[in-house]
Formats: sequence, structure tokens, C-alpha cells
Amino acid sequence: MGLRYGTGAEVLRDLDFRLSKGGFYFLTGPSGAGKTSLLKLLYLAQRPTRGRISLFGEDLTGAARDAMPQYRRRIGVVFQDFRLIRHLSAFDNVALPLRISGASEEEVEGPVREMLAWVGLADRASARPPTLSGGEQQRVAIARAVINRPELLVADEPTGNVDADMAKRLLHLFTSLNRLGTTVVVATHDVGLISATPGAQMIRLETGSVQDPTGSLRNPPGRQPGTPS
Amino acid sequence: MFAWLFTSPSERRLLGTRPLKGPTPWVIAIMTFAIMIVAAAGLALADTAARVAAGAEARFSVQIPDGERNLGQVLQVVRSSAGVTNVVAVSESEMRKTLERWLGPAGASADLPVPALITFSVRPGVDLHAVEQRVGAAAPGAKLVAHRDLLGPLLRSLQALQWIALALVVLLGGACAAAVVLAARGALDTHRFTIDVMHGIGATDVQVTHLFQRKIAIDALAGSLIGAAAAALVLVLLAASSSFAGELMGGATLGTADLIILAAIPLALTALATWVARAAVLATLRTAL
Repeated sequence: MGLRYGTGAEVLRDLDFRLSKGGFYFLTGPSGAGKTSLLKLLYLAQRPTRGRISLFGEDLTGAARDAMPQYRRRIGVVFQDFRLIRHLSAFDNVALPLRISGASEEEVEGPVREMLAWVGLADRASARPPTLSGGEQQRVAIARAVINRPELLVADEPTGNVDADMAKRLLHLFTSLNRLGTTVVVATHDVGLISATPGAQMIRLETGSVQDPTGSLRNPPGRQPGTPS
Repeated sequence: MFAWLFTSPSERRLLGTRPLKGPTPWVIAIMTFAIMIVAAAGLALADTAARVAAGAEARFSVQIPDGERNLGQVLQVVRSSAGVTNVVAVSESEMRKTLERWLGPAGASADLPVPALITFSVRPGVDLHAVEQRVGAAAPGAKLVAHRDLLGPLLRSLQALQWIALALVVLLGGACAAAVVLAARGALDTHRFTIDVMHGIGATDVQVTHLFQRKIAIDALAGSLIGAAAAALVLVLLAASSSFAGELMGGATLGTADLIILAAIPLALTALATWVARAAVLATLRTAL
């Protein structure tokens, strides 16, 4: 598939890869290589301008607009700029995916408190994002992304604003989710994070193309024909 | 159907702005005020026209060109005609007094030929031709005039004014809808970030729309009630000022049905604003991915 914005040159071209269900992937590459654009395709904020994209075993290339929310609810996203709603408390930001999915307030309260405690923000539940530090905002964003136990977690530089200890905790959270079956894609420049995750696969993007010299991304080992990817 | 009105506190917090803030309620209040005043005027005109038309329908006049001379004889003929009621004679002197109000002393001048008048009502089925013939025999040159023919131009003018009032109500309603569309688009721009985040997390267009729909419904209801209250106050003051209203509108009144129509205007405007807001927000959201 390929992607261009407006009439400009393609920012992603001739991408052809599969993510195995339950896999853990690091997306790397120099600035401007198209990592954020690729993530946007993965979390369905963009459609490819050519080619096909399938998620959860469904071809979503021409999927109706009204069908997209049900797929987006199965995806957790950690944005590079956090994208927290400024006038909502940390609690309400984290609770948002549950509420959008139709959970009642009783179903929201416990999991959100637990998640905030997990990311070390139990006592900051009622704080609004502008009063939180960059690292705290990042943790709220991560809590929001994982609160729904997504099938696919997409994170753009999720540890860019946290200290080493918190980065380790967050990575542990990602790997725990991964063990529960969540497919994780993390865009990062953090070599330490990559080396601390044995078994993770690398997707390297350069000038809009995936470098896949061994072909393992195009044809993941052990993948059966027809298996959802 | 109206579940969107009863959102939870957490949903209400999503927009971060309280209803009744900003210019929307006041724009709707002004529109409601104008619509209610114009509608009340139109309904009062309709009432006046109906009463004038009903009064004129069976009412006739006999004009006697040579004034008082044959008045008594013609009066006798008209009174004795079958099916004729409420016969009133207007003598030449009374006519001159009336004319003096309009023409000044010239109205009393003997040089001004003034007919005598007899007005009367008829029951249904009366043979007017026979009445006319008898009158003509009693006073050659006497003329029978149907009031509905005399009042035709006035009734047509009143009807035209009613249509103008209706057109104004429709135009003001359209302007109100346009104002709501602008307000909805403004609100969407203001909350673009929140909407993007909600969409990214899996919110449907309908979920997002409900937030705006509720806010605009509350703004519209509050605005239209304020406008309706102001209009009601003005109408009550007008009605209380009987000399003014009486002279201006010929004692026009608003009946129960008219009051029900006026009371429905704020509710109709609220429903219109809510529907327009929903359509505008959904249409705008559909332009996103």
C-alpha cells in the first residue's frame, strides 16, 4: 500500500507486511521516515491512498465510515503528543474509552482507579492535564490506551517523557498486555527499550518503505494461510 | 428517542462548556420575540378579517341619491320586505356630520350632494332582486350595495398582510435555523480536538452529535422561552392599551386557538433548532475520516 497527503509525494510507498496476532513489534527509523503516518494507518486515522489494509481479519480498505468506530474500539493508541482532553480530569480521560464503549459508571470506577494506581497516578485522578507534568500526562495517555484491554496497542514514543524506572514499568505493562494476547506496535528511538524486550520484532522504516531483507515481515514464520493478522 | 437529553454528568463534562453560555440563546430569544410579535399580528389580522367578512356577508345598504326626500318611503319598503332585519336609517344630516369629520365645514355645504342611507341585514335565501325592484319603484335612482363588495379591497389587503406575516415568520424561522447552523459549526470548531480524540477512541458520529444536540436544545429552549416571555409581555401591554389597540387593529383579539399557536412557537423553534443542529453536526462530522 501507499499513502500520500493531498497532491504531495508518497510518504509511505509499497508497504507490504503482516503483523502476527499477539506479536510485539518495535517500529524504528529516522525522523521523517513515515513512522507516525504508518501508525495512523494502523489506528485507522488514515486510509491508504492505494493498496489494501486489513485488520482483525477484515479488509478495511473500503470499509464504510460508520463501521470504523467498532474497529477503533479494539485499538489502543498512545499518541506522541498525548492528546489528552485538557478540561477533563485524569480519571475522565482514562475512563473515556470505557464510557464510549457503553460501560456504566459502576463498571468504570474500579478499573480506572486501578489503572491510575498502576501508572502511579492514584493521587492525581482529579488533576487536569495542564496541571500534570509531561511524564504524568504520558502515563495518563498510556492508561487511557490500555484501559479497554485492546486487541492492538499502537504507541508512538510512549516512553519519551518518563524516567528510566517508569519506562521499565510501562514496558512491563505492554508486555503483560502482549502476553494476554494484545498485539503491540511501539514506535521508538529508545534502544534500551528494544533490547529489554526479547522476542519483539523490528519494523524498520526508511524513506517511506519497510526494510525487510529476510522477508519475515511479509511472511511471518508460523503463520497459517487464512490466519487473521 | 429523547435519551440524548438525559446524559450522564461525565458525558456533559466532555464539551467542557456549560449550556446557556455564548450568544446562541440570545440570538434565539430575539428571533422568537420577533416571530411571536409578527405571528400575533398576523393572527389578529386574520381574526379582524374574519369578523369583518362575517359582518359584511349578509349586510346591505340602500343609497338614496336625493337625500331625505324619499327616505321614509324607502325605509317603509325595506322594513316590509320579507327576510330583512336590523334596518337602520342614516339620515342626510347624520351623513353630513360624518363627512364633516373628514372634509371639515365643506362636508356640511348644501352644494355637496349627499345621499341618505339605509343599512339592513338579510336572512339566508332572501330574494334580493325583489327587494331591489321594490326599492327602485319607491325611489328611482336608489342603489342597493352589498357590504362585502365595498369591503372587498380591505379584506384583500388584510389577507395580503396575513400572507406577509406568514412569510416573515417563515423567513425569521429560516434565519433562526441559519443562526443555529453557524452556532453548531462554531461549536464543532471549538471542540475539534475533543471530537478527534473521541473519534480516535471509537466514538460514533451519533455519540458526538448527541453532545452538541443536547447543548443546542437547552440553549434553544432557554432562548425561545426568554423571547416568548418578552413577546407575551409586549402583547399583554398592547392588549391593555385598548385605545391604541382598538384604533390600530379595529379591536382585533386573539382567540384560544391563536394563543395555543403562539404558545407552540417557542417549542417549535426549540425542535427546529435541535433538528437543524443535529443535521449540521452530522453533516460536518461525515466530512471527517
